[in-house]
Amino acid sequence: MSVMREPNIDDPDGFYQELLTAHNGLSKADSDALNARLILVLANHIGDRAVLRAALALAQSGPSET
Amino acid sequence: MVAERYKTAFTLYPYEPVVAAQGGAVTRHPVVIIGGGPVGLALALDLGRRGTPALVLDDHEGAGLGSKAICFAKRTLDIATRLGAGAPMLEKGVVWNVGKVFYGDGKLFEFDLLPEEGHRNPAFINLQQPYFEKYLVDAIRVAQAQGAPIEIRGRNRVTSVTPATDRTTLEIETPDGPYRLEADWVVACDGARSPTRDMLGLSFDGRVFEDNFLIADVRMKADFPTERWFWFEPPFENAGQSALLHKQPDDIWRIDFQLGWDIDREAELEPDRIRARVDAMLSSQTGAVPEYSLEWTSIYTFQCRRMEHFRHGRIFFAGDSAHQVSPFGARGANSGVQDAENLAWKLDLVAKGQVSDTLLDTYASERAFAADENILNSSRATDFMTPKTEISQIFRNAVLDLAAHAPFARPLVNSGRLSVPCVYDGFPLFGEDALGGPDRTRPGSACCDAPVEDGFLLDHLDGRFTLLALGGDAPEVAADEGVDLHVVHLPRVSRELRDRYLGDAPSAIYLIRPDQHVVARWPEFDHARVREALEQSLGRTLT
Repeated sequence: MSVMREPNIDDPDGFYQELLTAHNGLSKADSDALNARLILVLANHIGDRAVLRAALALAQSGPSET
Repeated sequence: MVAERYKTAFTLYPYEPVVAAQGGAVTRHPVVIIGGGPVGLALALDLGRRGTPALVLDDHEGAGLGSKAICFAKRTLDIATRLGAGAPMLEKGVVWNVGKVFYGDGKLFEFDLLPEEGHRNPAFINLQQPYFEKYLVDAIRVAQAQGAPIEIRGRNRVTSVTPATDRTTLEIETPDGPYRLEADWVVACDGARSPTRDMLGLSFDGRVFEDNFLIADVRMKADFPTERWFWFEPPFENAGQSALLHKQPDDIWRIDFQLGWDIDREAELEPDRIRARVDAMLSSQTGAVPEYSLEWTSIYTFQCRRMEHFRHGRIFFAGDSAHQVSPFGARGANSGVQDAENLAWKLDLVAKGQVSDTLLDTYASERAFAADENILNSSRATDFMTPKTEISQIFRNAVLDLAAHAPFARPLVNSGRLSVPCVYDGFPLFGEDALGGPDRTRPGSACCDAPVEDGFLLDHLDGRFTLLALGGDAPEVAADEGVDLHVVHLPRVSRELRDRYLGDAPSAIYLIRPDQHVVARWPEFDHARVREALEQSLGRTLT
């Protein structure tokens, strides 16, 4: 199982704005906490360990590899 | 002189003069066990019941007083039951099912273990270690009266260990002077600071966790519920990073405070300071401090480490002497008793000359695997409880924040995963799974209990190799299989037995080791394949 590398989000600009808006006015610590919670929520939603492993690997790889 | 290193809770094996110490001859013993704790006693009892003489040497006269193991898991209770020591443990022990997890001021969630039906023993009991040892010694006394060749020598301290290819020579100090004996096999069950290991110059490597835990065992009659309460970042003053409240027999409550690394040990052990913490904890849910007394307090740090090899020629290491874990998950004494069980039947067969001593190598490999699994689980719990980096702290707190309202996060909360036996997947003594039955009873796993017509399944797995036939016809095995093979045929299969051992199959044949681990299983009896699996499980096919 691999993780999706192609675009999969409708209205990417809208999503990106929502993501940043969620962090508006937060301290660095609160932002970090929000990100951590978000990662856990999304990871649970995906559930599949193989996909999660592939996602970790994709996130870990440098710009040249992506 | 044999110095007293600690106070004992019970005198179990008072010193008696040893003839050899008065100038008698050097005697040779088949098995000498150094250390009369839970592991050494379980091993002696198992060996003795099998008829192999076991001599236990301990430098005290009974169970040490103080905060030791308090949680004994089902597998341990199953072993103790087989050894005739389970009933009093169950009667004395505290069974609990409800746990509450708190984070700061708020309760995160509550869980009910809802134990699976159809087992003789509960998932675990809380019982002070001295009682566990006492009940093992009681069972040893019963076995001795029935002729089991077990001897326990109190205040006999081993002062030197000299290995040779055909024996090990021990020098022993007693109140009446020193003496010497020889052993075919030696098992060091002498704890995390194993003097035997030190005398042999063997290393004990691993990871030291930079944390201090304050233990307070308090006695109180208060009508507190029998529940396990665990706090992350407790809200009461000076409580440290986590706190635990847990009930034991005799109105004793175990309280743990995680204090961190940089502390003043002496100041933290001041009774007033401890009382302030305990007051705050006990009143946090009810608003009132119940009457209590401090029974025992201590501060401990811990390590996760193990020896590279648990066998060194004719000397074995079992329990904490071989591997050490953090207390979270109750994997110390529980894994040690499983070490004893793994070694007992193998050592018995080798001592009786029925199999080659290469079988004993599998003790070391199987139990090292188990130790690694325990260390892994214990390290994970510790890393969750004490995040080591800023980002691990952030994720830990994110899990706790989510756990209050999002059930998905609750399985990530880790204050210790309770000890369960490991499955020896792929180890050389285990054979084929021709049945393809339920996963939990695949070859390598410890048999789980289930109700049968006359009680429980595990009662039938009495320490011999067992050929278990479920449904179908009774298998006819030859009188001599080269080892005592016990046939159990259960034509009527209970619903639980079907779920746990048959799955969709109408019948099954299980070959089970003396330590109740499944060797191999088939849909029906095939004499040649059973023989082959039996040979394999005796180590006769090892190269």
